[in-house]
Amino acid sequence: MKVEAKPAFTSIEESKTGADLLIEALLQEGVETIFGYPGGAVLPIYDAIYRAKDRIKHVLFRHEQGSIHAAEGYARITGKPGVVLATSGPGATNLITGIADAMIDSLPLVVFTGQVARSVIGTDAFQEADVIGITTPITKHNYQVQHVQDLPRIIKEAFHIASTGRPGPVVIDIPKDISAENVYEEAFETDFDLPGYHPNTKPNPLQINKLVDSLTKAKKPVILAGAGVLHGKASEELIQFVERYQIPVTTTLLGLGSFPGDHKLSLGMAGMHGTYTANMALYECDLLVNFGARFDDRLTGNLKHFAPNAKVAHVDIDPAEIGKNVTTHIPIVADVKEAIRELLHHEFDMNLHYQWSNQLEENKKHFPLWYNDSNEEISPQWLISQIHRASNGEAIVTTDVGQHQMWAAQYYSFSKPNHWVTSGGLGTMGFGFPAAIGAQLAAPESQVIAIVGDGGFQMTLQELSILQERNLPVKIIIVNNGALGMVRQWQEKFYEHRYSESLFPIQPDFVKLADSYDIKGMKISTQEELQQVLPKVLAFPGPVVMDCRVVQTENVYPMIAPGKGLHEMIGVKP
Amino acid sequence: MRRIITATVQNKSGVLNRVTGLLQRRQFNIESISVGPTEVEGISKMTLVVEVEDKQKLEQLTKQLNKQIDILKVSDITDKAIVSRELALIKVVSSGQLRSEIKDIIEPFRASVIDVSKDSLAVQVTGKPEKVEALIELLRPYGIKELARTGVTAFLRGNKPQVAELPSYSLL
Repeated sequence: MKVEAKPAFTSIEESKTGADLLIEALLQEGVETIFGYPGGAVLPIYDAIYRAKDRIKHVLFRHEQGSIHAAEGYARITGKPGVVLATSGPGATNLITGIADAMIDSLPLVVFTGQVARSVIGTDAFQEADVIGITTPITKHNYQVQHVQDLPRIIKEAFHIASTGRPGPVVIDIPKDISAENVYEEAFETDFDLPGYHPNTKPNPLQINKLVDSLTKAKKPVILAGAGVLHGKASEELIQFVERYQIPVTTTLLGLGSFPGDHKLSLGMAGMHGTYTANMALYECDLLVNFGARFDDRLTGNLKHFAPNAKVAHVDIDPAEIGKNVTTHIPIVADVKEAIRELLHHEFDMNLHYQWSNQLEENKKHFPLWYNDSNEEISPQWLISQIHRASNGEAIVTTDVGQHQMWAAQYYSFSKPNHWVTSGGLGTMGFGFPAAIGAQLAAPESQVIAIVGDGGFQMTLQELSILQERNLPVKIIIVNNGALGMVRQWQEKFYEHRYSESLFPIQPDFVKLADSYDIKGMKISTQEELQQVLPKVLAFPGPVVMDCRVVQTENVYPMIAPGKGLHEMIGVKP
Repeated sequence: MRRIITATVQNKSGVLNRVTGLLQRRQFNIESISVGPTEVEGISKMTLVVEVEDKQKLEQLTKQLNKQIDILKVSDITDKAIVSRELALIKVVSSGQLRSEIKDIIEPFRASVIDVSKDSLAVQVTGKPEKVEALIELLRPYGIKELARTGVTAFLRGNKPQVAELPSYSLL
């Protein structure tokens, strides 16, 4: 269904406004897509978008949360800042989840929010909210524009701040009278000076020497690769480095793809639902080299038992992450790529640690990931393996948070960087589907699969409209267990099976729902059906919603219970 | 441990809020904070007195402050050779006959009486927090009606001796 909006007036006045400056500044930054939703305080900006519609694309979401998660997906795939636009008050507050999500997962965003006119700020005006106050704790930086001539400079600063150093979201709050203000000058000063912002990217040579020295002495070294490797585009260097010295690598949840999951030196993901081999390697190692991971609690488990005998080297572009959670012996504040390049310049010998690699090989062999397979019903882990197989492991996969996310992380072995889009730090339900839209817009030729839970999908499914509207062939695979799986799992394990409000008594008919958006929908309940249908679904040129009914009682294993150490995993073996 | 932290900041709207908000959400307790312009236009200086658990927490505090775009420099000057001062205004209950007694008490503190009314006396004192504290304690028995303190402000001494200044036993 397509609705053609007819403009009320055919001639548009030729005067330039603050909003036009905004659009020009975005074009200067190379922005192609705005993820947004209009409203009163941004009407002047939308008018400018109307004027510039041949030069810049605006994607209209159906909820501001959808627009910002899509911008996050876009940023994750392209490495470029995602640009979001929403109106004042409720428009801006609907973005909060996405801003917080981008902050904790270090995704570059430039978020524009409308604001009431300067003359009424602070009077509780219609649709007024203190966006600067609300977003200060969850942004890398934020601005409220006070003079129209500052706008081009602020936008330039914002893109610089969002995309350099440790990336993050920057909010620019624009009062309506500023975007509506007529400007007659040709151009404004855009040179900026940020004396308080100088991210350091070059590693300190002394610390690099210390690390080299520790590497030569290590008997049980392990590398932890985090999302910093992806942000720094350092995967190739990492592979080169570990292949030269044969050092085993584990990744964080967000670092998946930074090192090929099918590589002989890969131990798989570490952390709460990481592999036995990866977690035991972190527990037993004598040298831990962390490239761009922030030692999140879901990775470390109880800090007392985290790498207890290891010398810890931590390479991070954000100095505040070094020593925050884990005592660090070799701190290296740098861009990961530059640090690894520096290490590659050093030629040194490492004692080839056969015993250590044998031990890890043995662990891999004896304690692989496992699940209960049945012949008829679909177990969720099997489902992910099938998706992996049918897509040759080459799809861009997005997820929400919870069981399906962990299974996707465990069983969709990512071999390339920037193919994995998930909400790690904030753990945001409803993230996966809109993020897939952003990913597909960023990579129109790629296969994009949104693996979502039945709970999370219901939080942002209104964005289905966009698939048809924009002709995006996103494949939505609902891992439908009729429950909030991870909540149910914790209630089973830690609350004596008291499933309080975690089972859905009623579910929508997702097939009919898809149909109502003119999208192909199907319900799959058996393994046989799935094997037949899946390759066809993935090859289908348009979007598809696949409602896969999976075993409700499956749990994610192995698991480190809260408060436990890395070595105290449960469910290591059937 | 109690630390004196100074932060040089750009004098932009909301910068104080950024600092206090940051400390609050990372669970640091601010004992006092004072802000004012410096010799450079557009640059302000904040002096914070904070209570932190250990060195690691302290390091986090300075690193997190340093990450703020509007903050130019953060220093922990607690163990450096510094001059630190605070100002307090103390309104003491005082009828006619007690006035001279109070004046005698405050004299060695180089404090001054800045306001007198029928039943009270306003005293102004400047100095290190310990000295201010000492005077307040001496005046407490007379009945303190109102008390206002600015919080500490501090900077490094012009001559920086190798060893930190020894704690002074003089009230001055």
